[in-house]
Amino acid sequence: MSKKILLEHIGVPGIETLAVYREKGGYSSVEKALKTMTPDAIVEEVKKSGLRGRGGAGFPTGMKWSFLAKPEGVARYLVCNADESEPGTFKDRYLMEKIPHALIEGMITSSFALGANTSYIYVRGEYFYIIKILEKAIADAYAAGWLGKNILGTGYDLDLYVQAGAGAYICGEETALLESLEGKRGNPRIKPPFPAIAGLYGCPTVVNNVETIAAVVPIVNNGGDWYAGIGIGRSTGTKLISASGHINKPGVYEIEMGITVEDFIYSDEYCGGIKNGKKLKAVVAGGSSVPILPAEMILTTANGEKRLMSYESLADGGFASGTMLGSGGFIVMDETTSIVQNLHTFARFYHHESCGQCSPCREGTGWMEKILHKILDGHGTLEDVDLLWEIQRKIEGNTICPLGDAAAWPVASAIRHFRHEFEDYVKNAAAIKNVKHYHNMHNLATA
Amino acid sequence: MSEIKFNDETLALVQSIIKRYPEGKQKSALLPLLHLAQAEFDGWLSAPVMDYVASLLNIKPIEVYEVASFYSMYNLNPVGKCLLEVCRTSSCWLRGANEIVAHIENKLGIKDGETTSDGKFTLKTVECLGSCGTAPMLQIGADFHENLTFEKVDALINDWSNKTEHSKYLDNSTFRKN
Repeated sequence: MSKKILLEHIGVPGIETLAVYREKGGYSSVEKALKTMTPDAIVEEVKKSGLRGRGGAGFPTGMKWSFLAKPEGVARYLVCNADESEPGTFKDRYLMEKIPHALIEGMITSSFALGANTSYIYVRGEYFYIIKILEKAIADAYAAGWLGKNILGTGYDLDLYVQAGAGAYICGEETALLESLEGKRGNPRIKPPFPAIAGLYGCPTVVNNVETIAAVVPIVNNGGDWYAGIGIGRSTGTKLISASGHINKPGVYEIEMGITVEDFIYSDEYCGGIKNGKKLKAVVAGGSSVPILPAEMILTTANGEKRLMSYESLADGGFASGTMLGSGGFIVMDETTSIVQNLHTFARFYHHESCGQCSPCREGTGWMEKILHKILDGHGTLEDVDLLWEIQRKIEGNTICPLGDAAAWPVASAIRHFRHEFEDYVKNAAAIKNVKHYHNMHNLATA
Repeated sequence: MSEIKFNDETLALVQSIIKRYPEGKQKSALLPLLHLAQAEFDGWLSAPVMDYVASLLNIKPIEVYEVASFYSMYNLNPVGKCLLEVCRTSSCWLRGANEIVAHIENKLGIKDGETTSDGKFTLKTVECLGSCGTAPMLQIGADFHENLTFEKVDALINDWSNKTEHSKYLDNSTFRKN
């Protein structure tokens, strides 16, 4: 059964407007929080809820909040990470487009809990049409007294601003995002200090994903225990999954954590099975950076149990046979897909998006893309496959930020589970060259 | 060349944007201002335009150059009136992005990164734009064109052939005046 919490009112006409959102109970968490709760009590509910960061890392949100330093007389900031750029992920865009006030309400309630009087929503620049929607929603919230001075007569002041990015995946890394918000290049910072101590403008800062912030609303409304009762084990609550690739029904689905992967792929309620009646070949379950798994491994754990859509079950077996929930970017590939070609698109992506600060990532991502191009071009050797493996191994863990790992894992998992496909390209190099030659001739003839 | 200066409406908006940040942190307005500059000054950021933005924020020109050259949405060279940005990362590739790129290349007679000789169109392949569930897709200005077919691409190109304005990510109504 689908469980709709964040998307409960998704089909309601006009839910993007303040009036309809309010009719459906919107902004009640702000009333409850500001009038009846202390900031610490809200943090306590979020801790109890077991909510984990929905951007990809899955770090417990309540714990992250409790790390926030509170020196006297120093401003604190809440910054929402809406830089959604992990290939395969489009859930935040969906939520912000369809129910912008859910994010704004979450920002107000969360900012109050953290003692922030100025907060920012950093949106990737490519989503300018979303920025326009958010700006309108924020203007309406100001006009209705949900933002600004002395909200609800409680003496609490909050200003909320949207910041436009300008095209850089790396700005989804929280310290790169803060650099960007300060008007600089998106180079991740060395940690510590963590943003909770020295973040935006050197002040204590919390950075949370859109979906995380939106989840604070039902948690405050219904209590942390209620939220913790949804889901499975330490994967509490619901998760927005962005489903794409060779499926019948691509789109954003809100699932209760703990449904089976099989159900998610094949049920008509979700992906509706593989397109054109083809067979499932592989899945990237949590955005481009998580390990790709072949069909049998994504459906079943190494112990023979059905794999579930949860942090723990998807990670079961480690990288030998498991993967990660990540951002919930669920990319499905049918039996006709070339794993090597797909990997080439990822390698090109990470090369393009490396900020260039750390040499293992800056150089390594370039080399991985080049070697994959060489293999696909019919010039690869078996040694190239080993070299690819060596390069990814030397990037992982050797960079300031996790982009290095994110670039390494897709390569490692593709070789681990589909080495034969790389070898096929190498063994059939002559044939590939002939086909390319034929196409080139053909193009010349028709030019 | 005429003097580089935002129109009065944009200048008022610039002042409003600068107020979004604490005093002395006006450099935070750099990314939004570069977007406004690109939209107002023919779709790209020339050195004089970047110098002008630096002067508005009271920062050094190099602080603008190093940022403008980091982010993929800022064009440091002139582009066609219509900038076609086609996504080709995994999910889009799985659903035919390469064929869409090839179709545009054939139709316009240009390669990725090139501009048509009449200055109308520039083709640029880009990385994941978060439209994976509606792949393949391309972006023109702020508009996402999704679930592309060759017919849809042809219609877009036809449509833009007759336009005289530049494709833009934003205009002065995008940002709220706080």
